[in-house]
Amino acid sequence: MLLLLLSSIIVSATMGFMQIPATTVMQLIIHALCCSDKETGFDPVVTAVVMDIRLPRILAAVLVGGMLALCGTIFQAILLNPLADPYTLGISSGAAFGASLVIVLQVVGLVLPTTFSVPIFAFLGSLGTLFTVLALASEDRRLSSTSLILSGVIVAAILSAAIGFLKFIADEQVGIIIFWLMGSLSGISRQNILVLLPVALLGTTVCLFYSRDLNIMATGERAATTLGINTVRLRWILLITCSLMTALCVSVSGIIGFVGLIVPHLLRHLLGPDNRQLIILSTLGGGLLLLVADTVTRAVLPAEVPIGVLTALLGGPFFAYIFKKRQQENG
Amino acid sequence: MGKSSTFSSEILWQLHQVGFAYKNQPVLSGIQLTLSSQKCYGILGPNGSGKTTLLDLLCGLSVPTHGDLLYREHPLQQWQSRELAKRVALVPQDFQVRFGFSVREVVEMGRHPHLGRFASLTAQGHALVDEVMEEMGVAAFANRSVTHLSGGEKQRVAVARALVQTPEVLLLDEATSNLDIYHSLSILALIRRRVVEQSLTVVAAIHDLNLATSFCDELIFLKNGQIICQGPTEQVLQSDIIQEVYGVEAQVREDSFSNCNQVSYRLPAV
Repeated sequence: MLLLLLSSIIVSATMGFMQIPATTVMQLIIHALCCSDKETGFDPVVTAVVMDIRLPRILAAVLVGGMLALCGTIFQAILLNPLADPYTLGISSGAAFGASLVIVLQVVGLVLPTTFSVPIFAFLGSLGTLFTVLALASEDRRLSSTSLILSGVIVAAILSAAIGFLKFIADEQVGIIIFWLMGSLSGISRQNILVLLPVALLGTTVCLFYSRDLNIMATGERAATTLGINTVRLRWILLITCSLMTALCVSVSGIIGFVGLIVPHLLRHLLGPDNRQLIILSTLGGGLLLLVADTVTRAVLPAEVPIGVLTALLGGPFFAYIFKKRQQENG
Repeated sequence: MGKSSTFSSEILWQLHQVGFAYKNQPVLSGIQLTLSSQKCYGILGPNGSGKTTLLDLLCGLSVPTHGDLLYREHPLQQWQSRELAKRVALVPQDFQVRFGFSVREVVEMGRHPHLGRFASLTAQGHALVDEVMEEMGVAAFANRSVTHLSGGEKQRVAVARALVQTPEVLLLDEATSNLDIYHSLSILALIRRRVVEQSLTVVAAIHDLNLATSFCDELIFLKNGQIICQGPTEQVLQSDIIQEVYGVEAQVREDSFSNCNQVSYRLPAV
């Protein structure tokens, strides 16, 4: 999986308006990794295209996709619900609402440093949504699929109206908000990568740390508690970690739905539900999926389609399929 | 049944005037109880009498709202959950697994409190898992997904998981009520053997009075969250107590076939 991902990164870097051979890409990457000041001898345009334009975007696709899939895995495991993911629970919308709010506040006159305020507001938005959704669904003690997803839909509907209102106030800044709603990786800079990478690594580590506990959670809260797991603390730590990762993803790339749903679902189907493997493989798989999808929108399609639109178009029907299948299984 | 053991019995739980209220509704009150090791205790009582809540208190799933609850002379809340998990295992009433873990994976989860963060099972751990799965009759479908098992098979997996935990106490919450006669008798017999041979202690909430009499050394009768009567099985299994607790007319007689007292009951005449 890791090899597949690495080779996809290189292949993707060769593709685009300007075709660049894979060997050149690899030499450039190795050169950059070694931090040498020597001249590479390549055309500076080629260097700029690969290192400053394509690679940041490619890395962002991998990191965002990986984190979204990781969040999906964790949400599914902790809420015991294979339909949960940051998008279906409305958490992505909450983050987008928080991010949009920053822009509107700027219109109103409140100037906040965007680099920090966007992720922070997105995080607050995602946390707020998560708690609202959980509170709405909590009457049903088993947190069944239907009540959880329904709560997500309700909250997302309210949020989309709220975002609509923000769009209305935002006036000429509306373009940026629309960008958040559709999801796109076209505005990535190197600075974004510097934030994404440590959070992704940290998040994966935290999740791996609790992976065996997560497995046991699948056998019920009572059983998990008697095996010495502090289920309340486990829930809090992981839900907050995942909300943070989701918020960061949304603040750099907007809402990209269903990656977190499809990847863990397929992998669990293929390899079994053991979270110890699933966490790593979902992260790699999510990165791979989003990279392929982004490369398609960037380099293959004649005009660039926002990636969020593409994943929703593909993921929506898949979601419908799983939902239907589960209903049949439950009789 | 024989109660001889090479180990001396120790006091495990001490409950002083323990009560538990849920949303201001008292579920248990004034529970005065001492439970010692190497015995089988049966908790009996009608639906809603507080049997499950009492088990929850004993394993720290719920915290008493009144009174003191000690385990091995320390307040139960002071026990680290991991340490307690090495000593006390619970088999829940309705063991449900939401994802398709294999039987072996689920049984292996029982080793969790004994393992470090990223440690994997030792050779001894694997041997223990294999042995217990064999004993519980689940080894034949060790690689099947638990979601595809019948209720009875799932329950045997739950018991196997609790035994792999190598606890000193096994709490059974109606653990055999979904099992057929053969499997409930054979599992209880296996557990009983561990009580005698490995000085295991069992506290079991049981619905079936006859199963309780054949399995338990002491009985605790609960009604409306209070202990009506407790003591050695032969002493407290009386028709008037059963009538008081369950509201049915009962007759207790010695049964030479099953080699223990058996109860038959009927609705009181109107």
